[in-house]
Amino acid sequence: MLKTFPRGGVHPAENKFSAGNKIIRMTLPKIVTIPLAQHLGVPAEALVNHGDMVKTGQTIGASKGFVSSNIHSSVTGKVIKVDKFLDSSGYKKAAVSIEVTEDEWLPEIDRSSDLKKEIIIDGEEIIKKTLESGIVGMGGATFPSHVKMSVPRGKKAELVILNGVECEPFLTSDHRLMLEKGEEILVGLRLIMKALGVTKGMVGIENNKKDAIDHFTQLSKQYPGIEVFALKVKYPQGGEKQLIKALTGREVPSGGLPIDVGAVVHNVGTAFAVYEAVQKNKPLIERVVTVSGKMVSSPSNLLTRIGTPVNLLIETSGGIPEGTGKIINGGPMMGKALDSVDVPVMKGTSGILLIPDKESRRKKIDPCIRCSKCITVCPMGLEPYLLMTLTEKEKFDRLEDEKVMDCIECGSCSYTCPANRPLLDYIRLGKFNVGQIIRNRK
Amino acid sequence: MNKLITVSPSPHMHSGQSTSKLMTHVLIALIPAFAASVWLFGWSSIIVVSVAVSSCLIFEFLIQKFLLKKETSISDGSAAVTGALLAFSLPASTPIGMVMIGSLVAIGIGKMSFGGLGNNPFNPALVGRVFLFISFPVQMTSWPIPKGFETSLVDAITAPTPLEIVKEGMRISENMSSVVSNLPSNMEVFCGKMGGSLGEIAACTILAGFLYLLITRVISWHIPVSILTTVAVFTGIMWLIDPTANANPGFHLLSGGLLLGSIFMATDYVTSPMTHKGMIIFGVGIGLITVIIRRFGAYPEGIQFAILIMNAFVPLINSYLKPKRFGEMINE
Repeated sequence: MLKTFPRGGVHPAENKFSAGNKIIRMTLPKIVTIPLAQHLGVPAEALVNHGDMVKTGQTIGASKGFVSSNIHSSVTGKVIKVDKFLDSSGYKKAAVSIEVTEDEWLPEIDRSSDLKKEIIIDGEEIIKKTLESGIVGMGGATFPSHVKMSVPRGKKAELVILNGVECEPFLTSDHRLMLEKGEEILVGLRLIMKALGVTKGMVGIENNKKDAIDHFTQLSKQYPGIEVFALKVKYPQGGEKQLIKALTGREVPSGGLPIDVGAVVHNVGTAFAVYEAVQKNKPLIERVVTVSGKMVSSPSNLLTRIGTPVNLLIETSGGIPEGTGKIINGGPMMGKALDSVDVPVMKGTSGILLIPDKESRRKKIDPCIRCSKCITVCPMGLEPYLLMTLTEKEKFDRLEDEKVMDCIECGSCSYTCPANRPLLDYIRLGKFNVGQIIRNRK
Repeated sequence: MNKLITVSPSPHMHSGQSTSKLMTHVLIALIPAFAASVWLFGWSSIIVVSVAVSSCLIFEFLIQKFLLKKETSISDGSAAVTGALLAFSLPASTPIGMVMIGSLVAIGIGKMSFGGLGNNPFNPALVGRVFLFISFPVQMTSWPIPKGFETSLVDAITAPTPLEIVKEGMRISENMSSVVSNLPSNMEVFCGKMGGSLGEIAACTILAGFLYLLITRVISWHIPVSILTTVAVFTGIMWLIDPTANANPGFHLLSGGLLLGSIFMATDYVTSPMTHKGMIIFGVGIGLITVIIRRFGAYPEGIQFAILIMNAFVPLINSYLKPKRFGEMINE
């Protein structure tokens, strides 16, 4: 029996078209736009001005506060503008625009592909290096990684879980990274384990990536304490809480964090970034991005410098196909629709999807027939139909009692609803209002 | 790029499931029972079913178009399902005019007066049926003898339902064993060789529909199984206590409208609870009330009233029985 989380979940068509395509290095763009807010928390503060020359790997944004992150230049060139630019969030935010002249990396960065296994520095230094290198959660949530490596007082970390689930349809960037940089990822996991002072590591991979499971099972033999698990294919298994439940049977309490059950979850891409930062001195300046879609002529996995405009990635994969109706940053279940292809790739950009026009528009909303399918699929045990009604009626105290804040916004309810009801849209609105009420109470 | 693209919040995928697809599945699941009724009652069954379905569709269309003045929704299939279920619960000899009145009550009062699909507290088909049952008690309890296409609607010869045989037998305080000799065997009941409503008498075809609904995941097992288990346990206990005064549980399960009601009517999405726990309580309630009416009440059959009574409890069940929230155990 394969492990999985017990409650709810859906199984959308996997459509992993680019799973067999090796990671390709993107050509350098002419201009990059590097946003200063690529993470959850406080945006970084610009360290460069118009006209400055920067080198690849140079820090151009300084982290402000504990929950924040450094920003580095991904190219060598001249700063042409420090201003507000449109990014994939759909808002204009502070960013540094750099005209690319050449590709001269800072001398301390080790650009060789040699594997460095020995861990010579101690836990505290690993955390410091992670912070300096601007590493954030690369699964899409972009939570600063050094925060997750520092255990709050009174809590104790027991194990580190590496998330190789990649349950979103279409996306294959983590899958390819696991196949091509498996050993580096495991060293990264060891680094995270050392930083947290734990000896137990688990890797969870869904069973539609058998090659990655075999590869990791083989590799993990040389790393005592690390175990690899095959998981049943079910969305949203990549959700932190669902993954912890699937692997350990522990349930993160409502309103709590994984650390409350002794677990810390990191994405495989983050583990790879930690490896590069600690062992190779390389800050987070590039990542693998899947470009895919049903009509895309060459779906691909591109190793892209942060700040590269999205349209360059699409061109590399064969351009925008005729009849494209929607462009998504991320996966089709939780990703964000872009309103422009000029926005830059950021640290949390796991994929760019091109959706045919037919599939990009919502169907007519019918009345709720109380089929209770939304309740059956909700992985958090909520009642989406009720949360939507309560939001419509602005009954926010009831909404809070019905645990609206537990919603992980996986979208399984809207995906399943036979009446095409926009359940998640309303739940988000409800969460926003209840969140405000809770903040005002403090 | 100057092409227009759609921007909307996630999720950007949909399962493709729709209300009309679900209703179509229910109609498909009713086909075996319909085929059996045609085989048993011939033309009269075809006439009753087609009149009920078409008048439900027409009344829904007229009410939405002229009274409510809004877009019509007859294409979602729910009115057709109501019509089919209403017809299935009527005797094959029901006059056309009565079928139409039943359809008008089902759609007009049972469904539209509450605001249409999704808002009705009571199962519309049962509202129509109970209205006819109370208004036209004679016609609603004369059951033609199933003879296929030779079924006579003119002849006064009617076959009592097995439940009526039992009720009548108990009333004139005969011993159960002599009553049983008048009953069709369980096997005959299973295949529909008895008096009864046109769609409810062939148990095997209804169970085939149940299987189809389970495979296509239109309904879950909770409501039908909890109703049938409750009926079996309750009647089983009474039968063990006094077999001379009570019919055996197998007979109770297969006779009357129990199967049709518990599989197709109690599982109506709109009028049944949302959570699995709630569904089980709902089912147990229906089972108990059905047996109480059958054994102690004035009517031979009780499933129709049982479902309507429990329909009224659904909002209460929904507000008290919540699904188990993720992470709630640890909080305590």
